[in-house]
Amino acid sequence: MKTTVQKINNLTIGFQSQKGEQISILKNISTSINQGETVGIVGESGSGKSTLALAMMGYVKHGLFTISGECMFHSNNLLEMKNKELENIRGRKIAMIPQNAGQSLTPNLKIGYQIDEALRLHTDLKQTERDEKISELLNKVRLPSPETMAQRYPHELSGGQQQRVAVAMALAGSPELLLLDEPTTGLDVTTQAHVLELLNFIAKDTGTSMVYVSHDLGAIAQVSDRVIVMYSGEIVLDGPVRSILKNPIHPYTFGLLKSIPKLSLPGLPNSMSGSQPQPGSIKKGCSFFERCEFADDNCKLNSPSLEFIEELNTSVRCFKHNELLNLNKIDSQNIKSIENKILKNEILDLSDVSISYAKQKFLDQLLNKINDTNPTVKDINININKGETLALVGESGSGKSTILKSIAGLLKTKDGNIKFGKDKTLSNDLRQRDPSFLRAIQLIFQNPDESLNPNHTVEEIVSQPLRLYFGLKGQELKDKIIEVLDKVRLGEFYLTRYPRQLSGGEKQRVAVARAFAAKPDIILCDEVTSALDVSVQAAVLNLLQELKEDFGTTYIFVSHDLAVVRAISDRVAVLYQGRLCEIGPSNNVYKFPSHPYTEVLLGAVLEPDPDIKPKLVAEDIVEEKPPENGCSFQGRCPRILGDICKNEVPPWQTGENGNSIRCHIKIEDLKNQQISN
Amino acid sequence: MFFLVIKRILLGLITLFIVSLITFAGVEVLPGDACTTYLERQAFGEALEACYQRLGLNVPAYERYISWAWGVLQWDFGYSLSGEMKINEVLGPKVKNSLVLASASILIGIPIALLLGIVTALWRDRLPDIIISTVTIFSMTIPEFISATLLILIVAIWLEWLPGIVIVPTGATISELLPNIILPVIAISMIMTAHMARMVRSSVIQVMASDYVQMAILKGVPYWKMVFRHVLPNALLPAINVVALTIAWLLGGVVVTEVVFNYPGLGRLVIESISNRDLPVVQALAIILASIYVGINLIADLTTLMLNPRLKSLQIKK
Repeated sequence: MKTTVQKINNLTIGFQSQKGEQISILKNISTSINQGETVGIVGESGSGKSTLALAMMGYVKHGLFTISGECMFHSNNLLEMKNKELENIRGRKIAMIPQNAGQSLTPNLKIGYQIDEALRLHTDLKQTERDEKISELLNKVRLPSPETMAQRYPHELSGGQQQRVAVAMALAGSPELLLLDEPTTGLDVTTQAHVLELLNFIAKDTGTSMVYVSHDLGAIAQVSDRVIVMYSGEIVLDGPVRSILKNPIHPYTFGLLKSIPKLSLPGLPNSMSGSQPQPGSIKKGCSFFERCEFADDNCKLNSPSLEFIEELNTSVRCFKHNELLNLNKIDSQNIKSIENKILKNEILDLSDVSISYAKQKFLDQLLNKINDTNPTVKDINININKGETLALVGESGSGKSTILKSIAGLLKTKDGNIKFGKDKTLSNDLRQRDPSFLRAIQLIFQNPDESLNPNHTVEEIVSQPLRLYFGLKGQELKDKIIEVLDKVRLGEFYLTRYPRQLSGGEKQRVAVARAFAAKPDIILCDEVTSALDVSVQAAVLNLLQELKEDFGTTYIFVSHDLAVVRAISDRVAVLYQGRLCEIGPSNNVYKFPSHPYTEVLLGAVLEPDPDIKPKLVAEDIVEEKPPENGCSFQGRCPRILGDICKNEVPPWQTGENGNSIRCHIKIEDLKNQQISN
Repeated sequence: MFFLVIKRILLGLITLFIVSLITFAGVEVLPGDACTTYLERQAFGEALEACYQRLGLNVPAYERYISWAWGVLQWDFGYSLSGEMKINEVLGPKVKNSLVLASASILIGIPIALLLGIVTALWRDRLPDIIISTVTIFSMTIPEFISATLLILIVAIWLEWLPGIVIVPTGATISELLPNIILPVIAISMIMTAHMARMVRSSVIQVMASDYVQMAILKGVPYWKMVFRHVLPNALLPAINVVALTIAWLLGGVVVTEVVFNYPGLGRLVIESISNRDLPVVQALAIILASIYVGINLIADLTTLMLNPRLKSLQIKK
């Protein structure tokens, strides 16, 4: 038996409600972390996973307090320590790698200083030794040219680089335990895969114990030996990674795994109904009762306790775990495949569209000209048929949202035409667009917190398009609002609610309702599910699909998540640096042959299965600008041929599956090379 | 960076040019002119002609603007109406007096404001914060003419510690001025300090809640080190512009306070020259006050730019 690094006993953390009640957001947590072990803590937002991770450092956020229990680090209870003593443990014995490295690095201090600070606090090294150590650490996290890197300020680095700096800073004190709070959330898929690979390497190399907190089962599957699943402040499942992900014996984990779209299983995933209960709202019974498909009366009245199942080496908090044990085959889930009625007539036609963000000279501004030889988005040619769902995928900076904004009229195009229907050209200038076009094209944004006016009620939010485009008033308006809300499965009592009183999923439903209220022909969806929890994501995807089937709406769906795209789209366009790389029916884009960039993206996808490892075929370099000449992907392409890629724009080739690829490599050769890998 | 400084200075000069045009035009379109105002009922015939002659009002407006502007550039604002004195001779000592009052308030008020702001933020919702915040809100909401009058009543009349109104001549030396400015400085600082302390408090609280401060704590950085290294540099940057505006406001003459205490500074001059319709002086004051605002804001912008690595490198990239 290995030594235990940290042991948590009956930990309950909560806050005082305005009525004076104590409300716990962590309930009676007991677990332990062994030396050299990587434990994944998974749960949706509000499950208490971050609070637990912070408690493991003896840190309790402002407004929260420890109600009972202890966090034992070796033989000391961190929660009773004085700040002075904690300062000697934090960063030295236990280090944290934060969720958002960009915001967790102090903006006015250089990278080198921030790492040096950790070294000065936690080691006895002299200045010159520390300088060497900084270079060594930056090297270890694979940052290029450590000396110049140390002189930079945090904002001068890319997201992936900032995350690596945070890792280097955490390693500075050679801690026994590393806590990682969503360390790859917000990074591009390829960067995420690289950072995870680095963390795995460090875990092996240094023998550090790690606690990896994430909502992403894909990432958890890649790094953890053991997984703890949290729901509503409780541990509901705790066991070895394979047992948890392949044989989940808790209904929540079961539902969660079913709601994740997977590359290997096209079609819409099953959604879990409902949402996590508010802290303090469950007085008796199982906290998952409301959403559980296996629950009976016993579950309503009595709360299950954490029970250890010997043969699986797993603890579970469920009365029905035996039922799940027998039933359980995740792969045999009923996936609903999508069938869209796609009409032959074109609804939107982008021809040779280029968009530039370059700041224009005064004279050009006066003449209303855009002068840029190397625009952010270039040569986009796409036809979209009525009733189709076209997905635009790519990493951040690929220009996918930029294209959406231009279609919506929020951003002027530099060259090219956007036609609505067969012959109606959409004006570049939003103010000159015909109101009927404005109605016909609606947008749903990524983050409903920001796209819904916090001072408007749901009624006011949904009434706006109805009044603006249809001039509805009075009772007629009200009836229509109720009808629209009913479509997105929100009851009448939501009318008077404000966005802050809604959950993330409900907010996004209101945003969907607002878009559909305009009776649009085309809806532009900009990363509409990426701010949502997975179970909610599945529900929103299903809702969007149903509405589409009812109204025959056309979707242009922007996402960075290839599995989500696979689930919902008929056709996929892959973008890199504002240039199209590949376009074709989604079934075929995900098969070989693919454009080398699509191959890189597909390789980096993390499946919630510890036995499917990502393939890292290209470096995760960040390019600031598209190259002036040649292929847009030349800088990172693992299959680069040579000068031809640097000088000539590659031609379009269409393969036998109907997907078109823009590459200098012959499509047959590409297929042979990729299959033999 | 260099170009940016040049660009900012040019923009400042253009602003001043426009201000000078507007003030000049404003005075121009007002019914009557300097001479009719000054001579009142005698404004006709030879007296008026002589006055026009003396003030140079008988040439076209644009010529007068050019000669006036040329004069201003050489610190020459022409003659005031009320006396035969040159305006710059009137202005000089008043500017100095206002400067003395402003510097004293700045030297005392700003450090206190920063200290109170930081203390209230770090001890947020605890006793020091509750006491200081209550006091600052009070001193913020009481109008200065009331607090000034109360100060005179208590300190000067009841306690008889300090003079209640300033009765030194305009040209008094600084050492003569000092005992007289104590009360005005207190009255001004009360409002100024309270405003600034609130600003600093919310800025520090915001930074204390940031991810990078939480990270610094989790890194094991000792509390005070964290405050000085990670919190204050980031929290005080946005305060620079507020400080600048306050300084400009102070230098522009704290009109009410100067009038209540009978202080011979710019603020009182503004009131006096407006009520006397002494247009050349008003014109001169407008351009001086505008220069102070433009100048101080320019300095504040450039300082922020220097201190904020994010802005600095953004500018270099362009």
